[in-house]
Amino acid sequence: MLKLKDITLSVEGEQGNFNILKNINLSLQKNKIYVITGPNGGGKSSVAKIIMGIYQPTAGEVLFEGQNITGLDITERAKLGIGYAFQNPPRFKGIKVRELLELATGKNKEINLCDLLMDVGLCAQDYLDREVNTSLSGGELKRIEIATIIARNLKLAVFDEPEAGIDLWSFQKLAETFENIHAKYQTTIVIISHQERILKLADEVIIIANGEVAEITSKESFLADIVKRDMDCLCSKVCDKGVIPSAQCNR
Amino acid sequence: MLNAIDKALLEAVADLHDIPQGAYNIRKNGVGINRATTANINIVTKGDKPGIDVFVKPFTKGESVHIPVILSAEGLEDVVYNTFEIGEGSDVLVVAGCGIHNPGSKKSQHDGVHDFYVRKGARMKYVEKHYGQGEGSGEKILNPKTLIEVEEGGVVELEMVQIRGVDRTKRDTQVILHKNARLVVVERLLTYRDQTAESLINVDLVGEDSTAQIISRSVAQDQSRQVFHLNMRGKNRCRGHIQCDSIIMGQAKVSSIPEITAFHSDAQLIHEAAIGKIASEQLTKLMSMGLTEKEAEETILHGFLK
Repeated sequence: MLKLKDITLSVEGEQGNFNILKNINLSLQKNKIYVITGPNGGGKSSVAKIIMGIYQPTAGEVLFEGQNITGLDITERAKLGIGYAFQNPPRFKGIKVRELLELATGKNKEINLCDLLMDVGLCAQDYLDREVNTSLSGGELKRIEIATIIARNLKLAVFDEPEAGIDLWSFQKLAETFENIHAKYQTTIVIISHQERILKLADEVIIIANGEVAEITSKESFLADIVKRDMDCLCSKVCDKGVIPSAQCNR
Repeated sequence: MLNAIDKALLEAVADLHDIPQGAYNIRKNGVGINRATTANINIVTKGDKPGIDVFVKPFTKGESVHIPVILSAEGLEDVVYNTFEIGEGSDVLVVAGCGIHNPGSKKSQHDGVHDFYVRKGARMKYVEKHYGQGEGSGEKILNPKTLIEVEEGGVVELEMVQIRGVDRTKRDTQVILHKNARLVVVERLLTYRDQTAESLINVDLVGEDSTAQIISRSVAQDQSRQVFHLNMRGKNRCRGHIQCDSIIMGQAKVSSIPEITAFHSDAQLIHEAAIGKIASEQLTKLMSMGLTEKEAEETILHGFLK
Protein backbone atom coordinates (compact mmCIF):
# COMPACT_ATOMS: atom_id res chain seq x y z
CA MET A 1 0.00 0.00 0.00
CA LEU A 2 2.81 2.44 0.87
CA LYS A 3 6.38 2.29 -0.31
CA LEU A 4 9.29 4.47 0.67
CA LYS A 5 12.04 4.07 -1.93
CA ASP A 6 15.56 5.23 -1.13
CA ILE A 7 14.31 8.13 0.97
CA THR A 8 17.00 10.55 2.06
CA LEU A 9 16.37 13.68 4.09
CA SER A 10 19.19 16.17 4.46
CA VAL A 11 19.50 19.48 6.23
CA GLU A 12 22.19 22.09 5.92
CA GLY A 13 24.34 22.40 9.00
CA GLU A 14 27.34 24.49 9.95
CA GLN A 15 29.62 21.66 8.86
CA GLY A 16 27.87 20.92 5.59
CA ASN A 17 24.89 18.72 4.84
CA PHE A 18 23.63 16.36 7.51
CA ASN A 19 21.54 13.32 6.63
CA ILE A 20 18.59 12.87 8.99
CA LEU A 21 17.40 9.89 6.92
CA LYS A 22 19.63 7.74 4.71
CA ASN A 23 18.23 5.51 1.96
CA ILE A 24 15.13 4.44 3.82
CA ASN A 25 13.29 1.59 2.09
CA LEU A 26 10.01 0.40 3.52
CA SER A 27 7.03 -1.46 2.13
CA LEU A 28 3.85 -1.33 4.19
CA GLN A 29 1.02 -3.75 3.47
CA LYS A 30 -2.69 -2.96 3.61
CA ASN A 31 -4.56 -3.59 6.86
CA LYS A 32 -1.51 -4.17 9.02
CA ILE A 33 -0.20 -2.47 12.13
CA TYR A 34 3.41 -1.29 12.09
CA VAL A 35 5.28 0.06 15.06
CA ILE A 36 8.36 2.14 14.35
CA THR A 37 10.72 2.21 17.29
CA GLY A 38 14.33 3.04 17.99
CA PRO A 39 16.52 5.49 19.89
CA ASN A 40 15.58 9.15 20.29
CA GLY A 41 16.85 11.29 17.45
CA GLY A 42 17.15 8.26 15.18
CA GLY A 43 14.74 9.58 12.54
CA LYS A 44 11.41 7.92 13.45
CA SER A 45 9.32 11.11 13.44
CA SER A 46 11.00 12.26 10.24
CA VAL A 47 9.79 9.09 8.51
CA ALA A 48 6.25 9.80 9.73
CA LYS A 49 6.41 13.38 8.46
CA ILE A 50 7.74 12.21 5.09
CA ILE A 51 4.70 9.92 4.77
CA MET A 52 2.28 12.80 5.53
CA GLY A 53 4.12 15.26 3.28
CA ILE A 54 5.12 17.56 6.12
CA TYR A 55 8.74 17.00 5.11
CA GLN A 56 9.78 16.68 1.49
CA PRO A 57 12.57 14.15 0.96
CA THR A 58 15.86 15.32 -0.50
CA ALA A 59 15.93 12.15 -2.60
CA GLY A 60 13.77 9.10 -3.11
CA GLU A 61 10.11 8.40 -3.79
CA VAL A 62 6.91 7.86 -1.82
CA LEU A 63 4.38 5.55 -3.48
CA PHE A 64 0.82 5.15 -2.18
CA GLU A 65 -1.45 2.53 -3.72
CA GLY A 66 0.87 2.50 -6.74
CA GLN A 67 0.75 6.29 -7.21
CA ASN A 68 3.88 8.38 -6.87
CA ILE A 69 2.85 10.94 -4.25
CA THR A 70 6.32 12.40 -3.59
CA GLY A 71 5.31 15.76 -5.03
CA LEU A 72 1.89 15.93 -3.37
CA ASP A 73 1.37 18.34 -0.49
CA ILE A 74 -0.24 17.60 2.87
CA THR A 75 -3.78 18.43 1.72
CA GLU A 76 -3.55 16.23 -1.36
CA ARG A 77 -2.26 13.31 0.69
CA ALA A 78 -5.01 13.84 3.26
CA LYS A 79 -7.57 13.62 0.47
CA LEU A 80 -6.07 10.27 -0.58
CA GLY A 81 -6.83 8.91 2.90
CA ILE A 82 -3.58 9.47 4.75
CA GLY A 83 -3.65 10.98 8.24
CA TYR A 84 -1.14 12.01 10.86
CA ALA A 85 -1.58 12.43 14.61
CA PHE A 86 0.86 14.93 16.07
CA GLN A 87 3.16 14.11 18.96
CA ASN A 88 2.43 17.62 20.28
CA PRO A 89 -0.93 18.63 18.83
CA PRO A 90 -1.42 22.37 18.27
CA ARG A 91 -3.99 24.38 20.18
CA PHE A 92 -6.51 26.69 18.50
CA LYS A 93 -7.87 29.79 20.21
CA GLY A 94 -11.56 30.22 19.44
CA ILE A 95 -12.06 26.81 17.82
CA LYS A 96 -14.18 24.38 19.78
CA VAL A 97 -13.61 20.63 20.04
CA ARG A 98 -16.91 20.16 18.21
CA GLU A 99 -15.72 22.33 15.30
CA LEU A 100 -12.37 20.58 15.03
CA LEU A 101 -14.08 17.18 14.92
CA GLU A 102 -16.57 18.45 12.34
CA LEU A 103 -13.67 19.54 10.14
CA ALA A 104 -12.13 16.12 10.57
CA THR A 105 -15.33 14.34 9.57
CA GLY A 106 -15.77 16.62 6.55
CA LYS A 107 -19.04 17.72 8.22
CA ASN A 108 -20.42 14.22 7.74
CA LYS A 109 -23.49 14.34 9.98
CA GLU A 110 -23.70 10.56 10.11
CA ILE A 111 -20.63 10.44 12.31
CA ASN A 112 -21.54 10.94 15.95
CA LEU A 113 -19.05 13.32 17.55
CA CYS A 114 -19.88 12.07 21.03
CA ASP A 115 -18.98 8.53 20.00
CA LEU A 116 -15.62 9.75 18.70
CA LEU A 117 -14.76 11.27 22.05
CA MET A 118 -16.05 8.25 23.93
CA ASP A 119 -13.71 6.12 21.81
CA VAL A 120 -10.75 8.00 23.26
CA GLY A 121 -12.02 7.94 26.83
CA LEU A 122 -13.45 11.45 27.08
CA CYS A 123 -16.92 12.19 28.41
CA ALA A 124 -18.32 13.83 25.30
CA GLN A 125 -20.71 16.48 26.62
CA ASP A 126 -18.00 17.88 28.86
CA TYR A 127 -15.69 18.50 25.93
CA LEU A 128 -17.60 19.27 22.74
CA ASP A 129 -18.12 22.94 23.55
CA ARG A 130 -14.69 23.55 25.04
CA GLU A 131 -12.12 25.45 23.05
CA VAL A 132 -9.04 23.62 21.82
CA ASN A 133 -6.86 25.99 23.84
CA THR A 134 -4.72 26.00 26.95
CA SER A 135 -7.69 25.08 29.14
CA LEU A 136 -7.19 21.49 27.94
CA SER A 137 -4.47 19.40 29.54
CA GLY A 138 -1.80 17.80 27.36
CA GLY A 139 -3.46 14.40 27.82
CA GLU A 140 -6.91 15.70 26.88
CA LEU A 141 -5.49 17.38 23.80
CA LYS A 142 -3.72 14.19 22.79
CA ARG A 143 -6.92 12.18 23.03
CA ILE A 144 -8.82 14.76 20.97
CA GLU A 145 -6.02 14.55 18.40
CA ILE A 146 -6.55 10.79 18.15
CA ALA A 147 -10.31 11.36 17.84
CA THR A 148 -9.69 13.58 14.78
CA ILE A 149 -7.89 10.64 13.18
CA ILE A 150 -10.65 8.15 14.00
CA ALA A 151 -13.16 10.63 12.54
CA ARG A 152 -11.58 10.47 9.12
CA ASN A 153 -11.98 6.76 8.36
CA LEU A 154 -8.50 6.68 6.84
CA LYS A 155 -6.67 4.20 4.64
CA LEU A 156 -3.38 4.94 6.39
CA ALA A 157 -3.04 6.54 9.82
CA VAL A 158 0.29 7.56 11.30
CA PHE A 159 0.51 8.19 15.05
CA ASP A 160 3.60 9.95 16.36
CA GLU A 161 4.23 8.80 19.94
CA PRO A 162 0.53 8.68 20.86
CA GLU A 163 1.21 7.51 24.41
CA ALA A 164 3.28 10.59 25.33
CA GLY A 165 1.40 12.66 27.91
CA ILE A 166 -1.32 10.08 28.45
CA ASP A 167 -1.83 8.60 31.92
CA LEU A 168 -1.56 4.88 32.57
CA TRP A 169 -5.30 4.19 32.77
CA SER A 170 -5.95 5.98 29.49
CA PHE A 171 -2.97 4.27 27.97
CA GLN A 172 -4.69 0.89 28.30
CA LYS A 173 -7.71 2.41 26.58
CA LEU A 174 -5.44 3.81 23.88
CA ALA A 175 -4.15 0.40 22.90
CA GLU A 176 -7.75 -0.81 22.63
CA THR A 177 -8.53 2.22 20.48
CA PHE A 178 -5.88 1.23 17.93
CA GLU A 179 -7.23 -2.31 17.83
CA ASN A 180 -10.75 -0.96 17.31
CA ILE A 181 -9.75 1.42 14.49
CA HIS A 182 -7.89 -1.38 12.81
CA ALA A 183 -10.79 -3.83 13.12
CA LYS A 184 -13.55 -1.35 12.27
CA TYR A 185 -12.04 0.55 9.34
CA GLN A 186 -9.31 -1.81 8.10
CA THR A 187 -6.96 1.15 8.43
CA THR A 188 -3.27 0.51 7.96
CA ILE A 189 -1.69 1.90 11.11
CA VAL A 190 1.82 3.16 11.70
CA ILE A 191 2.63 3.96 15.31
CA ILE A 192 5.84 5.51 16.50
CA SER A 193 6.31 4.24 20.01
CA HIS A 194 8.62 2.80 22.62
CA GLN A 195 5.87 1.21 24.69
CA GLU A 196 5.72 -2.56 25.08
CA ARG A 197 1.90 -2.55 25.15
CA ILE A 198 1.88 -0.76 21.77
CA LEU A 199 4.65 -2.97 20.41
CA LYS A 200 2.45 -5.96 21.18
CA LEU A 201 -0.13 -4.65 18.68
CA ALA A 202 2.37 -4.71 15.83
CA ASP A 203 2.33 -7.08 12.90
CA GLU A 204 5.84 -5.84 12.23
CA VAL A 205 8.31 -3.79 14.22
CA ILE A 206 10.56 -1.42 12.29
CA ILE A 207 13.67 -0.26 14.11
CA ILE A 208 15.12 3.02 12.90
CA ALA A 209 18.46 4.19 14.24
CA ASN A 210 20.93 6.78 12.97
CA GLY A 211 18.59 7.64 10.11
CA GLU A 212 18.54 4.10 8.74
CA VAL A 213 16.29 1.08 8.91
CA ALA A 214 18.28 -1.06 11.34
CA GLU A 215 15.90 -4.00 11.36
CA ILE A 216 12.40 -5.11 10.43
CA THR A 217 11.22 -7.91 12.63
CA SER A 218 8.20 -9.56 14.18
CA LYS A 219 6.94 -8.38 17.54
CA GLU A 220 7.67 -11.80 19.04
CA SER A 221 11.27 -11.67 17.97
CA PHE A 222 11.66 -8.03 19.01
CA LEU A 223 10.12 -8.53 22.45
CA ALA A 224 12.19 -11.69 23.01
CA ASP A 225 15.32 -9.67 22.22
CA ILE A 226 14.32 -7.03 24.75
CA VAL A 227 13.78 -9.67 27.46
CA LYS A 228 17.13 -11.26 26.63
CA ARG A 229 18.89 -7.88 26.71
CA ASP A 230 17.28 -7.09 30.09
CA MET A 231 18.34 -10.46 31.47
CA ASP A 232 21.91 -10.02 30.19
CA CYS A 233 22.05 -6.62 31.78
CA LEU A 234 20.69 -7.95 35.08
CA CYS A 235 23.13 -10.85 35.11
CA SER A 236 25.98 -8.49 34.37
CA LYS A 237 25.06 -6.28 37.33
CA VAL A 238 24.72 -9.30 39.65
CA CYS A 239 28.14 -10.58 38.59
CA ASP A 240 29.74 -7.15 38.95
CA LYS A 241 28.51 -6.90 42.54
CA GLY A 242 29.97 -10.35 43.38
CA VAL A 243 26.62 -11.84 44.35
CA ILE A 244 27.48 -14.83 42.17
CA PRO A 245 30.99 -16.29 42.24
CA SER A 246 32.91 -15.04 39.23
CA ALA A 247 33.44 -18.58 38.00
CA GLN A 248 29.67 -18.95 37.54
CA CYS A 249 29.36 -15.72 35.56
CA ASN A 250 29.04 -16.55 31.91
CA ARG A 251 29.35 -13.34 29.93
CA MET B 1 -37.35 54.39 4.76
CA LEU B 2 -34.80 51.63 4.60
CA ASN B 3 -33.43 50.62 1.21
CA ALA B 4 -31.50 47.45 0.34
CA ILE B 5 -28.12 48.98 1.27
CA ASP B 6 -29.48 50.17 4.61
CA LYS B 7 -30.86 46.72 5.35
CA ALA B 8 -27.52 45.09 4.49
CA LEU B 9 -25.71 47.48 6.83
CA LEU B 10 -28.20 46.86 9.62
CA GLU B 11 -27.81 43.14 9.25
CA ALA B 12 -24.02 43.43 9.42
CA VAL B 13 -23.83 45.67 12.47
CA ALA B 14 -26.89 44.68 14.48
CA ASP B 15 -28.00 41.29 13.08
CA LEU B 16 -31.24 42.99 12.10
CA HIS B 17 -33.18 41.60 9.16
CA ASP B 18 -36.00 44.05 9.69
CA ILE B 19 -37.30 46.51 12.23
CA PRO B 20 -36.29 45.12 15.64
CA GLN B 21 -38.55 44.04 18.46
CA GLY B 22 -38.66 46.22 21.55
CA ALA B 23 -37.11 49.66 21.86
CA TYR B 24 -34.98 51.01 19.06
CA ASN B 25 -33.66 54.14 17.40
CA ILE B 26 -32.24 53.95 13.91
CA ARG B 27 -30.06 56.84 12.78
CA LYS B 28 -29.30 57.29 9.09
CA ASN B 29 -26.99 59.89 7.62
CA GLY B 30 -27.12 62.03 10.75
CA VAL B 31 -30.88 61.91 11.29
CA GLY B 32 -33.06 59.67 13.42
CA ILE B 33 -35.41 57.89 11.01
CA ASN B 34 -37.18 55.31 13.12
CA ARG B 35 -37.86 54.94 16.81
CA ALA B 36 -39.91 52.82 19.18
CA THR B 37 -40.16 52.78 22.94
CA THR B 38 -41.66 50.31 25.38
CA ALA B 39 -43.33 50.60 28.76
CA ASN B 40 -39.95 50.08 30.41
CA ILE B 41 -37.54 51.69 27.98
CA ASN B 42 -37.90 55.29 26.90
CA ILE B 43 -35.84 57.13 24.27
CA VAL B 44 -35.72 60.93 24.22
CA THR B 45 -33.96 63.23 21.74
CA LYS B 46 -31.31 65.43 23.37
CA GLY B 47 -32.08 69.13 23.38
CA ASP B 48 -28.55 70.54 23.44
CA LYS B 49 -26.64 68.35 20.99
CA PRO B 50 -27.25 65.53 18.52
CA GLY B 51 -28.11 62.23 20.15
CA ILE B 52 -30.54 60.49 22.45
CA ASP B 53 -31.10 59.69 26.11
CA VAL B 54 -32.17 56.12 26.81
CA PHE B 55 -33.90 55.39 30.11
CA VAL B 56 -34.28 51.80 31.29
CA LYS B 57 -36.66 51.58 34.26
CA PRO B 58 -35.38 49.85 37.40
CA PHE B 59 -35.88 46.06 37.46
CA THR B 60 -36.58 45.82 33.73
CA LYS B 61 -35.66 42.27 32.72
CA GLY B 62 -35.01 40.60 29.40
CA GLU B 63 -35.56 43.63 27.16
CA SER B 64 -33.31 45.08 24.48
CA VAL B 65 -32.51 48.42 22.88
CA HIS B 66 -31.16 48.64 19.34
CA ILE B 67 -29.53 51.93 18.36
CA PRO B 68 -27.71 51.28 15.07
CA VAL B 69 -26.24 54.05 12.95
CA ILE B 70 -25.89 53.83 9.19
CA LEU B 71 -24.14 56.17 6.81
CA SER B 72 -24.83 55.56 3.15
CA ALA B 73 -23.51 58.69 1.45
CA GLU B 74 -20.02 60.08 0.86
CA GLY B 75 -18.68 63.15 2.60
CA LEU B 76 -20.72 62.77 5.81
CA GLU B 77 -19.24 63.61 9.21
CA ASP B 78 -21.72 62.51 11.83
CA VAL B 79 -21.20 63.07 15.55
CA VAL B 80 -23.67 61.68 18.05
CA TYR B 81 -23.90 61.77 21.86
CA ASN B 82 -25.98 59.05 23.47
CA THR B 83 -26.60 58.66 27.19
CA PHE B 84 -27.95 55.51 28.83
CA GLU B 85 -29.50 55.24 32.27
CA ILE B 86 -29.66 51.52 33.10
CA GLY B 87 -31.98 51.33 36.12
CA GLU B 88 -31.27 49.49 39.35
CA GLY B 89 -31.69 45.72 39.20
CA SER B 90 -32.44 45.66 35.48
CA ASP B 91 -31.04 43.17 32.96
CA VAL B 92 -30.89 44.44 29.37
CA LEU B 93 -29.16 44.07 26.03
CA VAL B 94 -28.00 47.17 24.18
CA VAL B 95 -27.07 46.67 20.53
CA ALA B 96 -25.29 49.59 18.90
CA GLY B 97 -23.01 49.39 15.91
CA CYS B 98 -22.33 51.48 12.87
CA GLY B 99 -22.18 50.60 9.23
CA ILE B 100 -20.84 52.87 6.51
CA HIS B 101 -21.51 52.47 2.81
CA ASN B 102 -19.28 54.98 1.05
CA PRO B 103 -19.82 54.99 -2.72
CA GLY B 104 -17.70 58.09 -3.43
CA SER B 105 -14.24 59.57 -3.08
CA LYS B 106 -14.83 61.77 -0.01
CA LYS B 107 -14.45 60.32 3.45
CA SER B 108 -17.42 59.35 5.60
CA GLN B 109 -16.97 59.50 9.35
CA HIS B 110 -19.03 58.66 12.40
CA ASP B 111 -17.97 59.61 15.93
CA GLY B 112 -20.22 58.08 18.57
CA VAL B 113 -19.89 59.14 22.21
CA HIS B 114 -21.81 56.84 24.54
CA ASP B 115 -22.24 57.48 28.28
CA PHE B 116 -23.59 54.63 30.40
CA TYR B 117 -24.73 54.77 34.00
CA VAL B 118 -25.30 51.22 35.17
CA ARG B 119 -27.09 51.43 38.48
CA LYS B 120 -26.90 49.21 41.56
CA GLY B 121 -27.24 45.50 40.79
CA ALA B 122 -28.04 46.08 37.10
CA ARG B 123 -26.71 43.90 34.28
CA MET B 124 -26.03 45.18 30.80
CA LYS B 125 -24.65 43.48 27.73
CA TYR B 126 -23.48 45.99 25.15
CA VAL B 127 -22.76 44.81 21.60
CA GLU B 128 -21.08 47.19 19.18
CA LYS B 129 -20.15 46.12 15.68
CA HIS B 130 -18.44 48.28 13.08
CA TYR B 131 -18.46 47.62 9.37
CA GLY B 132 -17.61 49.43 6.17
CA GLN B 133 -18.39 48.77 2.51
CA GLY B 134 -18.65 50.58 -0.80
CA GLU B 135 -16.60 50.69 -3.95
CA GLY B 136 -15.58 54.34 -3.65
CA SER B 137 -12.09 55.45 -2.68
CA GLY B 138 -13.41 57.63 0.16
CA GLU B 139 -12.27 56.52 3.60
CA LYS B 140 -14.66 54.98 6.08
CA ILE B 141 -13.83 56.23 9.57
CA LEU B 142 -15.40 55.21 12.88
CA ASN B 143 -14.34 56.66 16.22
CA PRO B 144 -16.34 55.32 19.18
CA LYS B 145 -15.95 56.75 22.67
CA THR B 146 -17.58 54.69 25.41
CA LEU B 147 -17.75 55.91 29.02
CA ILE B 148 -19.23 53.56 31.60
CA GLU B 149 -19.76 53.84 35.34
CA VAL B 150 -20.94 50.69 37.10
CA GLU B 151 -22.46 51.00 40.54
CA GLU B 152 -22.34 48.45 43.36
CA GLY B 153 -22.99 44.89 42.22
CA GLY B 154 -23.50 45.90 38.60
CA VAL B 155 -22.35 43.68 35.76
CA VAL B 156 -21.33 44.91 32.32
CA GLU B 157 -20.33 42.80 29.36
CA LEU B 158 -18.94 44.60 26.33
CA GLU B 159 -18.59 42.92 22.96
CA MET B 160 -16.85 45.28 20.56
CA VAL B 161 -16.18 44.02 17.08
CA GLN B 162 -14.70 45.63 13.99
CA ILE B 163 -15.83 43.21 11.31
CA ARG B 164 -14.15 44.63 8.20
CA GLY B 165 -14.04 47.56 5.82
CA VAL B 166 -13.19 50.29 8.36
CA ASP B 167 -10.22 52.32 7.11
CA ARG B 168 -9.45 54.30 10.27
CA THR B 169 -10.62 53.89 13.82
CA LYS B 170 -9.74 55.34 17.22
CA ARG B 171 -11.58 53.51 19.94
CA ASP B 172 -11.66 55.01 23.41
CA THR B 173 -13.27 53.03 26.24
CA GLN B 174 -13.26 54.24 29.86
CA VAL B 175 -14.86 52.22 32.68
CA ILE B 176 -15.20 52.91 36.41
CA LEU B 177 -16.16 49.97 38.62
CA HIS B 178 -17.56 50.42 42.11
CA LYS B 179 -17.99 47.85 44.91
CA ASN B 180 -18.57 44.28 43.69
CA ALA B 181 -19.03 45.51 40.14
CA ARG B 182 -17.92 43.23 37.34
CA LEU B 183 -16.73 43.97 33.80
CA VAL B 184 -15.97 41.66 30.90
CA VAL B 185 -14.68 43.20 27.68
CA VAL B 186 -14.26 41.16 24.53
CA GLU B 187 -12.72 43.14 21.68
CA ARG B 188 -12.23 41.68 18.18
CA LEU B 189 -10.58 43.65 15.43
CA LEU B 190 -9.56 42.97 11.84
CA THR B 191 -7.55 45.32 9.67
CA TYR B 192 -6.13 44.87 6.17
CA ARG B 193 -4.74 46.86 3.21
CA ASP B 194 -3.46 50.16 4.73
CA GLN B 195 -6.12 50.42 7.43
CA THR B 196 -5.22 51.71 10.89
CA ALA B 197 -6.81 50.95 14.25
CA GLU B 198 -6.06 52.29 17.69
CA SER B 199 -7.79 51.04 20.80
CA LEU B 200 -7.49 52.62 24.23
CA ILE B 201 -9.21 50.90 27.14
CA ASN B 202 -8.91 52.32 30.66
CA VAL B 203 -10.50 50.48 33.57
CA ASP B 204 -10.50 51.92 37.10
CA LEU B 205 -11.27 49.32 39.75
CA VAL B 206 -12.38 51.73 42.43
CA GLY B 207 -14.68 49.58 44.56
CA GLU B 208 -13.87 46.74 46.92
CA ASP B 209 -14.03 43.31 45.26
CA SER B 210 -14.60 44.73 41.82
CA THR B 211 -13.36 42.54 38.96
CA ALA B 212 -12.48 43.15 35.34
CA GLN B 213 -11.42 40.97 32.45
CA ILE B 214 -10.36 42.33 29.07
CA ILE B 215 -9.86 39.95 26.18
CA SER B 216 -8.60 41.62 23.04
CA ARG B 217 -7.95 39.65 19.87
CA SER B 218 -6.92 41.12 16.58
CA VAL B 219 -5.71 40.17 13.14
CA ALA B 220 -3.56 42.61 11.16
CA GLN B 221 -3.10 41.79 7.48
CA ASP B 222 -1.32 43.37 4.52
CA GLN B 223 0.19 46.79 5.43
CA SER B 224 -2.30 47.63 8.17
CA ARG B 225 -1.35 49.10 11.55
CA GLN B 226 -2.80 48.45 14.99
CA VAL B 227 -2.04 49.93 18.40
CA PHE B 228 -3.56 48.72 21.68
CA HIS B 229 -3.28 50.58 24.99
CA LEU B 230 -4.97 48.46 27.64
CA ASN B 231 -4.75 50.02 31.04
CA MET B 232 -6.08 48.74 34.36
CA ARG B 233 -5.78 50.56 37.70
CA GLY B 234 -6.57 48.74 40.95
CA LYS B 235 -7.55 51.24 43.64
CA ASN B 236 -9.04 48.80 46.15
CA ARG B 237 -9.14 45.07 46.89
CA CYS B 238 -9.89 43.90 43.36
CA ARG B 239 -8.95 41.53 40.56
CA GLY B 240 -8.17 42.34 36.96
CA HIS B 241 -6.89 40.43 33.97
CA ILE B 242 -5.86 41.73 30.55
CA GLN B 243 -5.28 39.30 27.70
CA CYS B 244 -4.23 40.81 24.40
CA ASP B 245 -3.47 38.50 21.45
CA SER B 246 -2.74 39.50 17.89
CA ILE B 247 -2.05 37.58 14.72
CA ILE B 248 0.21 39.47 12.36
CA MET B 249 0.38 38.78 8.63
CA GLY B 250 2.02 40.31 5.57
CA GLN B 251 3.79 43.60 6.29
CA ALA B 252 1.43 44.64 9.07
CA LYS B 253 2.55 46.26 12.31
CA VAL B 254 1.00 45.70 15.74
CA SER B 255 1.86 47.42 19.00
CA SER B 256 0.38 46.09 22.22
CA ILE B 257 0.95 48.21 25.30
CA PRO B 258 -0.78 46.71 28.34
CA GLU B 259 -0.40 48.62 31.61
CA ILE B 260 -1.46 47.61 35.10
CA THR B 261 -1.11 49.80 38.15
CA ALA B 262 -1.95 48.85 41.74
CA PHE B 263 -2.81 51.58 44.25
CA HIS B 264 -3.81 49.02 46.91
CA SER B 265 -1.90 46.08 48.38
CA ASP B 266 -4.84 43.71 47.81
CA ALA B 267 -5.19 44.52 44.14
CA GLN B 268 -4.42 41.50 41.95
CA LEU B 269 -3.75 42.50 38.36
CA ILE B 270 -2.43 40.39 35.52
CA HIS B 271 -1.61 41.25 31.96
CA GLU B 272 -0.69 38.97 29.10
CA ALA B 273 0.13 40.08 25.59
CA ALA B 274 1.21 38.07 22.58
CA ILE B 275 1.79 38.93 18.92
CA GLY B 276 2.73 36.34 16.35
CA LYS B 277 1.95 34.84 13.00
CA ILE B 278 -0.25 31.77 12.55
CA ALA B 279 1.68 28.78 13.91
CA SER B 280 2.79 26.43 11.13
CA GLU B 281 1.64 23.45 13.24
CA GLN B 282 -1.90 24.83 13.20
CA LEU B 283 -1.88 25.07 9.40
CA THR B 284 -0.31 21.62 9.09
CA LYS B 285 -2.89 20.06 11.40
CA LEU B 286 -5.84 21.44 9.44
CA MET B 287 -4.23 20.60 6.10
CA SER B 288 -3.68 17.04 7.33
CA MET B 289 -7.47 16.89 7.72
CA GLY B 290 -7.96 17.82 4.05
CA LEU B 291 -8.21 21.63 4.14
CA THR B 292 -6.17 23.67 1.68
CA GLU B 293 -3.66 26.11 3.14
CA LYS B 294 -6.04 29.01 2.39
CA GLU B 295 -8.99 27.22 3.99
CA ALA B 296 -6.85 26.36 7.00
CA GLU B 297 -5.77 29.99 7.39
CA GLU B 298 -9.36 31.23 7.11
CA THR B 299 -10.54 28.66 9.66
CA ILE B 300 -7.87 29.73 12.14
CA LEU B 301 -8.59 33.45 11.69
CA HIS B 302 -12.35 32.94 11.87
CA GLY B 303 -12.02 31.02 15.13
CA PHE B 304 -9.59 33.54 16.57
CA LEU B 305 -11.88 36.49 15.86
CA LYS B 306 -15.15 34.74 16.64
